[in-house]
Amino acid sequence: MDANMSLTIAQSAIVLSFLSATVPLLFHRQPHFLVRISFLLLGLSGLASAWAGATALLTNHAEQIILPISLPWLHIFLRIDPLSGFFFFIVGFVTCTAACYGPSYIREHIGGTHPIGTLTLFTGLFVGGMLLVLLAADAFSFMIAWEIMSVASYFLVAYQHDKAENRSAAFLYLLMAVVGGAFILLAYGVLAGFSDSFSFASMATAQLSPAWATIAFLLAFIGFGMKAGIVPLHVWLPQAHPVAPSHISALMSGVMLKVAIYGFIRFVYDLLGVMHWQWGVLVLLVGAVSAVFGVLYALMQHDLKRLLAYHSVENIGIIYIGLGISMIFHATDHMEVAALALIAALYHCLNHALFKSLLFFGAGAVLQQSHQHDMEKMGGLIKKMPVTAVCFLVGCISISALPPFNGFVSEWLTYQAALQGPILRSGILGAMLPVASAMLALTGALATACFVKVYGVVFLGLPRSSQAAEAQETSFGMQFAQVVLALCCLIFGILPTWTVSAINVIAENLIGTGLAKAAGDGWLWLAPIGKQTASYGALAILVGLLASWLIVYFFLHPLRRDNRIRIGPAWDCGFGPLTPRMQYTASAFAMPIRRIFSYVWFIDEKIEPGHHGKGPRYFLKIHDWVWLVIYIPIGKLILHLAKRASLLQGGNLRVYLSYSFFTLLFLLWVIV
Amino acid sequence: MTGWIFALLQTFCVVLFAPFMAGWVKWLKCKLQNRQGPPPWQPYRDLLRLSRKQVVLAESASPIFRVAPYIVFSVTVVAASIVPVFSVQIPTAALADVIVLVGFLALTRFFLSLAGMDVGTAFGGMGSSREVTISSLAEPALLMAFFTLAMNASSTNLSTVISHLAQSQFVLYPSLIFSAMGFILVALAETGRIPIDNPATHLELTMIHEAMILEYSGRHLALMEWAAMLKLTLYAVLIANFIVPWGVAMTLEPGAIAFGVYSIICKLLVLGYCLAIAETVQAKMRLFRAPHFLGLAFILSLLGMMSHIVLEVR
Repeated sequence: MDANMSLTIAQSAIVLSFLSATVPLLFHRQPHFLVRISFLLLGLSGLASAWAGATALLTNHAEQIILPISLPWLHIFLRIDPLSGFFFFIVGFVTCTAACYGPSYIREHIGGTHPIGTLTLFTGLFVGGMLLVLLAADAFSFMIAWEIMSVASYFLVAYQHDKAENRSAAFLYLLMAVVGGAFILLAYGVLAGFSDSFSFASMATAQLSPAWATIAFLLAFIGFGMKAGIVPLHVWLPQAHPVAPSHISALMSGVMLKVAIYGFIRFVYDLLGVMHWQWGVLVLLVGAVSAVFGVLYALMQHDLKRLLAYHSVENIGIIYIGLGISMIFHATDHMEVAALALIAALYHCLNHALFKSLLFFGAGAVLQQSHQHDMEKMGGLIKKMPVTAVCFLVGCISISALPPFNGFVSEWLTYQAALQGPILRSGILGAMLPVASAMLALTGALATACFVKVYGVVFLGLPRSSQAAEAQETSFGMQFAQVVLALCCLIFGILPTWTVSAINVIAENLIGTGLAKAAGDGWLWLAPIGKQTASYGALAILVGLLASWLIVYFFLHPLRRDNRIRIGPAWDCGFGPLTPRMQYTASAFAMPIRRIFSYVWFIDEKIEPGHHGKGPRYFLKIHDWVWLVIYIPIGKLILHLAKRASLLQGGNLRVYLSYSFFTLLFLLWVIV
Repeated sequence: MTGWIFALLQTFCVVLFAPFMAGWVKWLKCKLQNRQGPPPWQPYRDLLRLSRKQVVLAESASPIFRVAPYIVFSVTVVAASIVPVFSVQIPTAALADVIVLVGFLALTRFFLSLAGMDVGTAFGGMGSSREVTISSLAEPALLMAFFTLAMNASSTNLSTVISHLAQSQFVLYPSLIFSAMGFILVALAETGRIPIDNPATHLELTMIHEAMILEYSGRHLALMEWAAMLKLTLYAVLIANFIVPWGVAMTLEPGAIAFGVYSIICKLLVLGYCLAIAETVQAKMRLFRAPHFLGLAFILSLLGMMSHIVLEVR
């Protein structure tokens, strides 16, 4: 690998993704060919960017160029360094798997009511925009790339625009993206005001007063948070993710949210240059609230993809918890722990990209086969779709943070950082970290509960609808993408030491100190602080599990040979056969938790009594508390103000002329 | 190398002792309730009988149902292998710390609950739903209690924590008292004992663990039952070695280990006695009172952690 090539490869990846958007449009008469060439180019783009990113990260390579097409007074800077390389790898890798998954997934759209060219055009633009955001090294090109990413993904969310629900989801998404973009623009504006150009290099050297630095931080926090989906700015996520095609949902949830995290890390760690512990506390609190809130809402969802979208809120919360811990330790000058927490957050970015894409791919396969969004109509799919079911199980275990898969490693690192709380020697801060880790523990436990529900209701038991009973295993491409991601979940779970030492470079660049002993105790032991403090040997544990499994198996095997398994009907207590309606439903499964935490949701529950021989009907609707308490009043206020403002528009020409006249007078008064 | 062999032997002993522990509690309970009761070694006979019996599978059962007993049992065995029982000098403790231990217990629960939902009967789903509800409240409390101990010893390694507790001067730290109380409440809930669950009942309105494994038979059931007994023993060992850590061997010398074996057996028998008394004098709670119980455990653990940070960090 030649390190110096990484920026060139990265640029070619962007060009390839833009080509995948435009070239296929030449073949709009041959939709099958169009899809194939578009996803081929997209996959090549993904491969190239994963390669470029991995090279830059592993060789600790930073390189900057000025794009020759830029204006003389406004250069376009492109830069690749380990931080952007890491996110480049994430985007590229997931794009690559999405390119394997996509062609068979969108086959059913070919010849449908929606032109397939729209989908491939905006997919290419979306991926290209994300890659460009990661390379941009000045505020100007960053904002352009950011908006390309937002607008292209808007069109992807609105792809099936014949349903009113999809249109409103897409509009909400666009609205929040625009508002968030404005906040980011203002944040860069504050920095640019204190520096001599728009380039990141000069912004990083700007000297800000604490007040202005805090304003810039808050603007960036809100702006990037809106895209990342922290509570209470998350409302677009559960609306937009379910309506987009599944490979797009995987890209949006698995990758686009990470691009927002990248922007936040770049802004706070690299550009602002100073750090205050109060910022860390804010990030930590918002992260903790997002994590718990996200998982509690996820538990109540019946739409599989909406449930996964709420889990994205949860995981972004976990990432923010890591970042918050890192910022607190950074501001109080405990650099090594700050590096540990930052590594934990970055590791979780990678893990979330892997398992969330995997889960969205699985959900897409289920949706395509059962034609159901509603979990209450699924069931028993493990027998119809074994490969998808096994991969989905891996995703469920990973996202529930259970050993030995990858989600566990990043949460373990976060706990290790939080456990260093006592070195802060400050009562309030010291108490903050344990509370955050308590929230993290609650989140993990509830996530396990949620994924038992998902897997048990969707894949196990008896099919609850005829469509679910007739489901088939998906095509090779879709299976391949899922198997690759599932294997990665395992690999990044059992070989954490290599990953941590690779990410360590980023911490060294951003904080100045890395983990001294990241891999000091050999590749088998993950011991971030020291072996006497904490260590985790994931591979050995896996070997131990397999060994004890084998011992038990061989111990019982001789008994098994002369004692065949008998298959019979399940015990039905003597009353006729079991029917699928006798199983626990998803709502019933979550009912105890709904009752315990009932103050978290607005629960709309009613039972209609049965009549004319029909049984009673049960209705349950869970409303998002944030939506009702914050967004609806804001919406009403804006409508009210707009109504007031509309009084100005009388429609009378003379009134408008008098407006112009008075404006002119006012301006003359101001100037003279 | 001696350490690894010792760790293996220790795990083997704990796995073999686990049915006796369960039988011991049952026998004591029967005595306390003026019943004859099976002898403490009855669980060995039960396990042997079950492993010889034919397995009857439901038609709707999927492969998850068949692998779950093996996963649950082997993960519990690996969890037992990382806990210092006789001596703190076990190399396996460095492979996995307390957080991983909690992760292992969650992993067994994950597969146990999935197995409950697999056949598609109402009982299984009911048991799984209750199990994940209770454990999602118990697990944070458990982690908080562990974190308090870990912060005390500045390590999450189980060996280090226990040797720190055993070797430091005996002081009644408020943090340790609170987290010990929280931990005991969690242990009762997680091992499915009264007042949360009743291991002796098969009444559909009350059972949790038994509802999940209702469809199991033969060797699968034996593995599930054995894993549950092992989990009970594991929690008992943790309580014993955290609260009264004295007696556990600090080295691998035969004399020290012999004393360690003797002391842990005494501690476990006493703990079994306490459990039997507690189960005799208490009644099972309604399911929806369990959150209050576990909320108390969580608050106690959190108080322990707070008092450590506020009062004890110097």
